[in-house]
Amino acid sequence: MTEPDRQTRQTIRRLAEAGAAQAGALLPILHAIQDELGYVPDAAVPIVAEVLNLSRAEVHGVVSFYHLFRTDPPGKQTLYVCRAEACQSMGSRELERHARDKLGIGYHETTADGRFSLEPIYCLGNCACSPAVMIDEDVYGRVTPERLDELLD
Amino acid sequence: MENRTRVFVPMDTTARSLGADGVAEALRREAESRGTAIEIVRNGSRGLYWLEPLVEVEVGAERLAYGPVAESDVGSLLDADLPGGGDHPLALGPTESLPWLAGQSRLTFARVGVTDPLSIDDYRAHDGFRGLEKAASMTPEEIVAEVTESGLRGRGGAAFPTGIKWNTVLKTDAAQKYIACNADEGDSGTFADRMIMESDPYVLLEGMTIAGFATGATMGYVYIRAEYPLAIRIMREAIERAEAAGLLGGNLLDSGRDFNVEVREAAGAYICGEETSMLESLEGKRGMIRFRPPLPAVKGLFGAPTVVNNVISLATVPIILDKGAEYYRDYGSGRSRGTLTVQLAGNIRQGGLVEIGFGRPLSELLYDFGGGSATGRPIRAVQAGGPLAAYVHPSQFDTPLDYEEFAAIGAMIGHGGLVVFDDTVDMGEQARFAMEFCAIESCGKCTPCRVGAVRGVEVIEKILNGENEAANLELLRDLCDTMVSGSLCALGGMAPFPVISVLDHFPEDLRARA
Repeated sequence: MTEPDRQTRQTIRRLAEAGAAQAGALLPILHAIQDELGYVPDAAVPIVAEVLNLSRAEVHGVVSFYHLFRTDPPGKQTLYVCRAEACQSMGSRELERHARDKLGIGYHETTADGRFSLEPIYCLGNCACSPAVMIDEDVYGRVTPERLDELLD
Repeated sequence: MENRTRVFVPMDTTARSLGADGVAEALRREAESRGTAIEIVRNGSRGLYWLEPLVEVEVGAERLAYGPVAESDVGSLLDADLPGGGDHPLALGPTESLPWLAGQSRLTFARVGVTDPLSIDDYRAHDGFRGLEKAASMTPEEIVAEVTESGLRGRGGAAFPTGIKWNTVLKTDAAQKYIACNADEGDSGTFADRMIMESDPYVLLEGMTIAGFATGATMGYVYIRAEYPLAIRIMREAIERAEAAGLLGGNLLDSGRDFNVEVREAAGAYICGEETSMLESLEGKRGMIRFRPPLPAVKGLFGAPTVVNNVISLATVPIILDKGAEYYRDYGSGRSRGTLTVQLAGNIRQGGLVEIGFGRPLSELLYDFGGGSATGRPIRAVQAGGPLAAYVHPSQFDTPLDYEEFAAIGAMIGHGGLVVFDDTVDMGEQARFAMEFCAIESCGKCTPCRVGAVRGVEVIEKILNGENEAANLELLRDLCDTMVSGSLCALGGMAPFPVISVLDHFPEDLRARA
């Protein structure tokens, strides 16, 4: 992975300093970094640690604990496929297979052209209209493999 | 702008997931090109999700429903005089008279789907802030007593009496106390918290403020799962508007008391729905669970006495204060008082939100409200109460929805989610998934959960592959027993429940595959 440039480091520092005063600042700061850069680069760990007066291990520990923080750049769009029980009852296992086949990648991977990342998710709260997927922040219900193709094309 | 007919198009996540935004845009465009004067209101969802997008039109004092409306139906709806309540194949009649809604007791959800979620005027016009106004004239002890007498129990799943929890926080001396709202609604098959936040955000803020008045807490956090981006946006906007209107902040409503609320975004860890893990996360740490005692009510967020309540519990407080403990307590059965917000999910024909008094049989929800499975096949299993709860067998479908009645059959009501499966379900695979989910989501603090879940997946796979079937079935029982007895929190302590229910009620699926 390439090292982030100087400007990216400055962005990280700016976001960390902006959020540092609030109680329990680490998660909000990591979200701010991911919202702006699309991911939390490894290089953010020492910077955030310094600003919050934490150890690198503590910051790394938090980044790695939470499923939705990612440490590598995502594709242009991220497809989240719900794997939870309500969606399972309506065929999400088949939909998962279809998503992997269609994109040619597995979970936590990004297509070679950089268009899509594929992530599992455990419940979007759309359980009365299963199966559900989310593309970036847009949720779709009653998604058949054919409908998924339309959404991805 | 005068005399424009109001047309309602829901904006909640599920309605949008079925195309409500496109319907609203098509209505605006088509009405404009025809010179039809309408005002489009983006309301919350009524929770009749099988009819979404459910468009309503206000005709006189009544709202008439049409649905499910696709973008391509908009032209014909306007041809049929939608603003005048004209007849159309999608016309359903007056919304409030739909049997599915008329058969409910909407207390917590009284405004959900009726109002424009972010309009404070609309909220007030529909009895909003009446509970808070009453609370402002009461002592903390009086508020706690009212909530205790209502019989309200934690709707997050643990069903602990809310008033008793509040009383502990009230009686614990501290310079700073907190209200922490658990909106990390992670159980599959649940969406009631999301609906409240998206469709009636002020009721949650009102409930949190009352909790603050009752306990002396002046700061509240809403910990919302990152999987709910719309709920996060709406709650943040609602907080801003409430602050601007003097409904949050210093000396609010001239009560002489202060209360502030902040939204904190979670980051996709199921364990953070466990209350002590959530507190760790709010403090900016890994969501590792804490030993209890001390209870969060004594030593919670940042070491201060903290009320940790679910969204539904807090959102139910305003109506209890407004109408009185007795009014609420009169609903329900046995020790389960008030209403339960059932969420019908999964393979169900008529899925959505059903708020009813406790005590009605599960079968009524599945077949009368739910209309049976979506696929039309027989229902074979229902997972009630989330991914850590038992699969309920059809022979148990007569069980009343009541905390104690469900506990008596080894099941639980939890947060009220019912996930329905038809007869094509592979229960062996469901048992395997329960262990897999626990392995993925374990915080790792205790061995029975961290290691047990991984071993659970392995041993179930061995059984399904026909390796030492009898011995491994025994081992699986043993492992479940260890996890239930030895885990620190509900994740490891309950993840075996769905597995045990499969062993007990669906043994034919948990054996060697041919």
